[in-house]
Amino acid sequence: MSTRDPRLLLQAAPLLKQQLTTRRAMLDVLIALLPATLAGLWFFGLSGLLVLSASILGSVVTEWLFTPAETRREHLLDGSGFLTGLLLGLTLPSSLPLWMAFVGGAVGIGLGKLIWGGLGQNLFNPSLVGRAFLQATFPNAMTTWTPAGSPGDFFHLHASNLAMPFMHVEYDGVSSATPLGLMKFEYQDTSLSNLLIGNISGCIGETSGLLLLLGGIYMLWRRVIDWRIPASILLSVAVFSSILYLVGPDRYPGPLFSIFAGSLLIGAFYMATDPVSSPITPRGAWIFGIGIGVLVVLIRIFGGFPEGVMYAILLMNAATPLIDRYTQPRVFGRGSVGR
Amino acid sequence: MSALKDFFSRGFAHGVHPQGFKEHTADLPTQRMPFVGRYVMPLNQHLGAPAVPLVAVGDRVRRGQLIAEPGAFVSTSLHSPVTGRVRAIANRRFPGGVFARSIEIETDPYATQRLEQRPAVDWRDLTKDEFVAQVQHAGIVGMGGAAFPSHVKYSIPEGQHIDHVLVNGAECEPFLTNDHRLMVERPEALLHGIEILLHNLGAREATIGVELNKPQAIAALEQHLKPSQPISVVPLQVKYPQGAEKMLIKAVYGKEVPAGELPRDLGIAVNNVGTVVAIADWFEAGVPLIERIVTVSGPGVHSPSNLIVPLGTPVREVLQYCGGLKDGVIELVMGGPMMGMPIASLDVPVLKGTSGILAFTETGNLRPKEYPCIRCGRCLEACPYFLNPSRLARLSKARLFEEMKNYSVMDCVECGSCTYACPSRIPIVQLIRTAKSQLRQPRSDDR
Repeated sequence: MSTRDPRLLLQAAPLLKQQLTTRRAMLDVLIALLPATLAGLWFFGLSGLLVLSASILGSVVTEWLFTPAETRREHLLDGSGFLTGLLLGLTLPSSLPLWMAFVGGAVGIGLGKLIWGGLGQNLFNPSLVGRAFLQATFPNAMTTWTPAGSPGDFFHLHASNLAMPFMHVEYDGVSSATPLGLMKFEYQDTSLSNLLIGNISGCIGETSGLLLLLGGIYMLWRRVIDWRIPASILLSVAVFSSILYLVGPDRYPGPLFSIFAGSLLIGAFYMATDPVSSPITPRGAWIFGIGIGVLVVLIRIFGGFPEGVMYAILLMNAATPLIDRYTQPRVFGRGSVGR
Repeated sequence: MSALKDFFSRGFAHGVHPQGFKEHTADLPTQRMPFVGRYVMPLNQHLGAPAVPLVAVGDRVRRGQLIAEPGAFVSTSLHSPVTGRVRAIANRRFPGGVFARSIEIETDPYATQRLEQRPAVDWRDLTKDEFVAQVQHAGIVGMGGAAFPSHVKYSIPEGQHIDHVLVNGAECEPFLTNDHRLMVERPEALLHGIEILLHNLGAREATIGVELNKPQAIAALEQHLKPSQPISVVPLQVKYPQGAEKMLIKAVYGKEVPAGELPRDLGIAVNNVGTVVAIADWFEAGVPLIERIVTVSGPGVHSPSNLIVPLGTPVREVLQYCGGLKDGVIELVMGGPMMGMPIASLDVPVLKGTSGILAFTETGNLRPKEYPCIRCGRCLEACPYFLNPSRLARLSKARLFEEMKNYSVMDCVECGSCTYACPSRIPIVQLIRTAKSQLRQPRSDDR
C-alpha cells in the first residue's frame, strides 16, 4: 500500500469503453479483403500484384505528402489510406498501365478524402472517386479485360502494365469481355459456378463472389459494417432484376447472375458500407441501399455501360446528407408514438 | 438457456452491454465499517437547495440527531452519523474537484454510538402531507446516485394519482453490488418499505424490476413475498441504462414517459431499493438516513467489499479499511463507472448518493487517443433516447450550441452509452454535457 495519495485524474464518466476501435475496424476490413485479394493474385498473377501495389502506393504517398509532419505517422497508421488504395486496386483491370493505377490512388486520396478535410469528412467514397477519375480519363484502358489466367502463368506480365505515362498502350494477347459485357452486348450467360469461384475476366478483386461473401460475413460478425446496407442492396437488386427477368427472360439476366456478376458484391459489402459516406441513421441505410440497388439495375440494363455499381454508389453518396437529414430517429418520449 | 431467458424478458430499446465486473463483490455479505475519528457532512449532498445547519461549532451532537434542516421544499434534512462534537462548519472537499460547505464532526471516542431512541411513527395513520413531512424529516433521498429528495416525488399535485410503485433493483452500472446485497440480505425490509409506500401513496400495485444477472436477489424477494401482497418481481434484460427511470418504466410497463413529463404524470412513482429500505428503517425503527451501503471495488482496490458506511466517512478511511489502494491508481470515482463523479482527493466524504467507490488503474480507456468520427452510427444504436450523438458531438465541437436544440439535446440524460460505444473514442457525452450547461446559462454575450 502506498503511503502517499495517488495523483488523481478527473476524467469524466463513462470510464468504460467497448473493445472495438476505429483502427481495429480498418484492420478488420483489410482482413476481410485478404481472401479475395489472394484469389485476385492467383487469377491475375504478377500483373495483378503490381497494379494493386501501384494504387496503394499512390494513395499512401499522397496521404504522406499532404498531411502535416506532426500528425503524419498517425494518419498513415490509421490504415484508411492503405485501405483506399487496396479497394481501388481491386476494382482495376490487371492489364492497366501501372502509372494509371498510381494516379488513380493519388486522386482517390487527394480529391476523394484530403481535400474534404481528411478522414471522416469526405462526401464520396475515396476509392470510387479514384476509379471514376480513371474511368473518365482512360476509358479504353479501364475497359480492356484479360481473362483470369491459370496459376502457372503467375509470372506472366502484361506488356501494357509497363507502358510509359501518356504513351500509346499496346495490349497483348486476347482481351475478353466480362460476364456483364457478354450479357449486355451478346446476351450470353456465364455459369454461376464460375461467377462464384472467379475464373472469369473482370477486375482483380471482384471476380470471386464466394470469397467476397466470406469477407463480408466476417465484417458482419465483427460488426464493423452496417448489415442494413449490403442487405438492402442485394435485396433490391434481386427484386428489381427478378421483375425484369420475368418480363423478358431471354433479354434480361436473372437475379442470381445480377448479384454475383460484376462488382456488385465488392460494392455492396466493401464500398457502400464505408461509414463516412453512407447514412448514419438506420432508416437512412435502408433508403441508401435500396437506391443503390435500383440504380445498379437501371444503369446495367438501360445505361451505356455494362456495369453501374460505381456510379450508383457515388450518386447515393451525394444523397447521403439529405437522407440523414430526413431520417433522424424519433426521440424517446416525443412524436406520434408517445403512448 | 440464459440467452433465451434474456430474449423473452423485458427491456427497452437500444442501450449497451458493458462487462459487469460484479463478480468481485456480488457474493460478499455487507460488513459494518467501524467508526472513524472525523465525519464531514456537506450541506448540498442532495439535489435542490442546501440544508441549513441547526448546530454551531463546539456543540455536542448525538448519533441520529438532526443537525441541518431543509433549506427549501426541494431540499432535505441531515442527521449526525456519529456521536461527537461539531468541529467546523466550513468548506470541505466535494466530488468533482470542488469544495462545498459542510458540517465537520469529531467523533467522541468514548461514546457508545447507540442510536437515540425515538417513538416509532405509525405509518398507517398519516395524512399525505404528514407522510411527505416525515420522509423529508428523515433526510431520505434517491439512493441510486442522483440523491433527489424523495419526499418531492411523494407530494402529488391535486388531480393526479399514483397507481404504480416501481421499485428499481436494476443496478445496471458495472461493478456496483450494493442494491444486490440489499435485496439478498434484507428482502423483508424492502417488501415492508413497499407496503408503507403503497399505503401512503394510495397505489394499487408495486413492481420490483431486477436485472437477470441477480438471480439470488430475485429468489430472495420471491421467497419472502406473501401472496396477499400486490407486489410482483419482474426480471429484466441485462442492459445499460436499464436503471434510468424512464427506461425502467419502458421495460416494465412498455410505456414511454413523454419528453418534459414526469413518471407521476403516468401514475408511476419510481424508487430505488435503497430508498425503500430507508423508508422502512425510518418508520419501523426511527433510524434516519445516517448510513448506506457502498460497494468498494475496481482494479485498484486490494479487497473489494460491500460496506455499511456512516455518511460523512472520508473516502480515505473507507479505502484503508479495504486494504488500501494498489500502486498505479490514477482515477477514483464515486458511483458507477458509467455515470459516477470523479473525485480529486481522498478527503471527499461518503454522501447519501454514494453507491460505490471505484479505483481505476491506467488502461488505454482512461485517456484514450481520439480519432475522427467516421460516422459508424454506433452511438445512434446505443442512445436509449434515440438521439443522434454523433451529430450533437460535432455541433458541440463547433460550439453551435443553439443548433443542438434542433436535435433535442436537452432530452439527453447523460447516461454515457454513446461514449462507451464510440470506436473513435470521442468524449461524446462530455461534449453534450458542455453544451447543455452552456444552454442552461443565460448568455452574457453571443458566444
